[in-house]
Amino acid sequence: MAIDTPKPLVLSNARVIDPARGLDAPGSVIIADGTILAAGPEAANQGAPYGAEIVDCKGSIACPGLIDMCVSVGEPGAEHRETLASASEAAAAGGITTICTMPDTDPIIDDPALVDFILRRARDTASVNVHPLAALTKGLAGNEMTEIGLLKEAGAVAFTNGHRSVKNAQVMRRMMTYARDFDALVIHHTEDPDLAGGVMNAGLNASWKGLSGVPREAEIIMLERDLRLVGMSKGKYHANLISTSESADVIRTGKKRGLDVTAGISVNHLTHNENDIGAYRTFFKMSPPLRDEDDRQSMIAAVADGTIDIICSNHDPQDVETKRHPWAEAEDGAIGLETLLAAALRLYHSEQVDLTTLLATMTSGPADRLGLETGRLTKGAPADVTVFDLERPWVLEKSAIRSRSKNSPFEDARFSGRVLKTVVSGKTVYNYN
Amino acid sequence: MTATDTHRDSPFPHRHLLGIEGLHPHEILGLLDRAEEAVEISRQVHKRKQVLEGRTQINLFFENSTRTQSSFELAGKRLGADVMNMAVSQSSVKKGETLIDTAATLNAMHPDLLVVRHHAAGAVHLLARKVGCSVVNAGDGPHEHPTQALLDALTIRRHKGKIARLTVAICGDIAHSRVARSNIILLNALGARVRVIAPSTLLPSGIAQMGAEVFNDMREGLKGADIVMMLRLQRERMNGAFVPSVREYYRYYGLDAEKLGFAKDDALVMHPGPMNRGVEIDASIADGAQSLIREQVEMGVAVRMAVLEALAANLPNN
Repeated sequence: MAIDTPKPLVLSNARVIDPARGLDAPGSVIIADGTILAAGPEAANQGAPYGAEIVDCKGSIACPGLIDMCVSVGEPGAEHRETLASASEAAAAGGITTICTMPDTDPIIDDPALVDFILRRARDTASVNVHPLAALTKGLAGNEMTEIGLLKEAGAVAFTNGHRSVKNAQVMRRMMTYARDFDALVIHHTEDPDLAGGVMNAGLNASWKGLSGVPREAEIIMLERDLRLVGMSKGKYHANLISTSESADVIRTGKKRGLDVTAGISVNHLTHNENDIGAYRTFFKMSPPLRDEDDRQSMIAAVADGTIDIICSNHDPQDVETKRHPWAEAEDGAIGLETLLAAALRLYHSEQVDLTTLLATMTSGPADRLGLETGRLTKGAPADVTVFDLERPWVLEKSAIRSRSKNSPFEDARFSGRVLKTVVSGKTVYNYN
Repeated sequence: MTATDTHRDSPFPHRHLLGIEGLHPHEILGLLDRAEEAVEISRQVHKRKQVLEGRTQINLFFENSTRTQSSFELAGKRLGADVMNMAVSQSSVKKGETLIDTAATLNAMHPDLLVVRHHAAGAVHLLARKVGCSVVNAGDGPHEHPTQALLDALTIRRHKGKIARLTVAICGDIAHSRVARSNIILLNALGARVRVIAPSTLLPSGIAQMGAEVFNDMREGLKGADIVMMLRLQRERMNGAFVPSVREYYRYYGLDAEKLGFAKDDALVMHPGPMNRGVEIDASIADGAQSLIREQVEMGVAVRMAVLEALAANLPNN
């Protein structure tokens, strides 16, 4: 990031949406010294700061920069798949101003020095904000807890076991209890690895394809267990990627019981179902697996009613060496930074989720959960802003993907809704065209 | 069989044979009729046709299978093709060469027909997308084994004169069986009544919606069956993971004279091989009068000739 302060910026003639305030009104966003001076109708009639660049948004939406809470980057260890620099470029093009990086790199981020490494690399090479998630257990092995206090002090915003579940309930219980003392958020992938034991959603579709199935219960059972442990430990818990209607029910019940729980979902599970796999197309192989259409609809309803708090991309770059295999042997994972917003907007265009609720899951939702100052357009907040045209159509062409890996399930997909401008701390990091 | 003779020249508008799924009944019957001719050729002293003259057929087997590989080899040779067998050892896979690399290498040698056996479901689909020739699925994991289903149908039709309305009971490890999947699709397409008989741990989820009547009791399932099709049970699935032991499996699901007695008197017994005598089938049944198991092998060559010929007709420059 540039060390010199960018010049002031006024985004005028915009439709300002700030989910944290429930604001959706015509207005402007005024930015100076890297922070928001004013945003909304009240900013429209204020003068521009001296020397400001004035951008006419022509009625496009200005909202808080998106926060993607689940992003895998190949750095360190697999830079050929993705670096912090390439990931941040992809993020900026997708309107994302903050990424939270998963700890399942090589080496695994389970030591304060490695958190520091990520932050330094991000400072030197990344154009968006980078917040490391630290490993919950040493080596992500699920046995011994990491130094939650020291890692948090080093800059880890939350703790997760990556794309693996902690199988041992006693270990999980102790970690949640210990994490509570540090007010640390535990983010968990909920899938019982023994019961999962398959490569796509269990059911008729998998049976015809001759593929071993991952039963929905593998997720539900783990999630139910976890919420009992949250009840015991009174910790802060986030189910990272849920995918079944019963999982949403479990979260609803937990919230009703007053537990400090939230739930997330990858945008893939809101926009695809298992039928998209077609003839074993491995870009649709992910964990949890894509479920059936009934589950997808339940998940959309759970976003609309607030049961699901956070939508993430679950960006997971894989190259041909890991993806071009027969289905069962291919790695899980799909990239998604550049398509998170556009894909999520499908739920708005299908009239299933209102725009403010939808944007909240990618702005104030993750910000509140992680305790970040961003994700809102309030005075004094860091000036992270995304401007997008709600209707503009575009097609994701493989050659245009900025990510180093091209494993997008949205290849050649049509979208309505195009990011026009992305601003991080007052500095424009992406401009369309 | 005059009625079916009309299918002999029905078009087969497919570049590959990746599965029975997607084949129209008249296309299946067309292949069976072509295969009848191939049976005749194979029984002559002079067993060669020249329809694949100049064509190159590569048998690419990632999994050992003497039976299927030699059947395809013979089929190709009897049609005049140059046949090369490639057994891809696990070592080159371990060296990091992907299936795609292997495919690209082979493709550069300009084969016309690629016969592929692979341990992973969908591997042949992946290959078919990356090569310029016709691909025949010789078994992809637990997904499909189309030529096996075709040879089973041919064998049945030659003995019963028809497929429609016969009751076919498929017994054993349905969950992991490509033979079962291909047969369920084919037999349904031709109007047979399909039953599956297995302990529930060896049934795929959603089996009731797959076009088969489900039985856990073998005697019940065999009642009135015209055809009893046994499947092989892999050794690693016998010791507690899916069934408790060989002897318990044999007691409840092994085909012996007593259980076969529940089927029709003229019921015929089939097995795709290789058999585990004393596990899923009693030796006296396997080698008995009602067994079609040896004839299945003969029909295998014929059916594969029919498939290669049908695909070759669609090759460029033919």
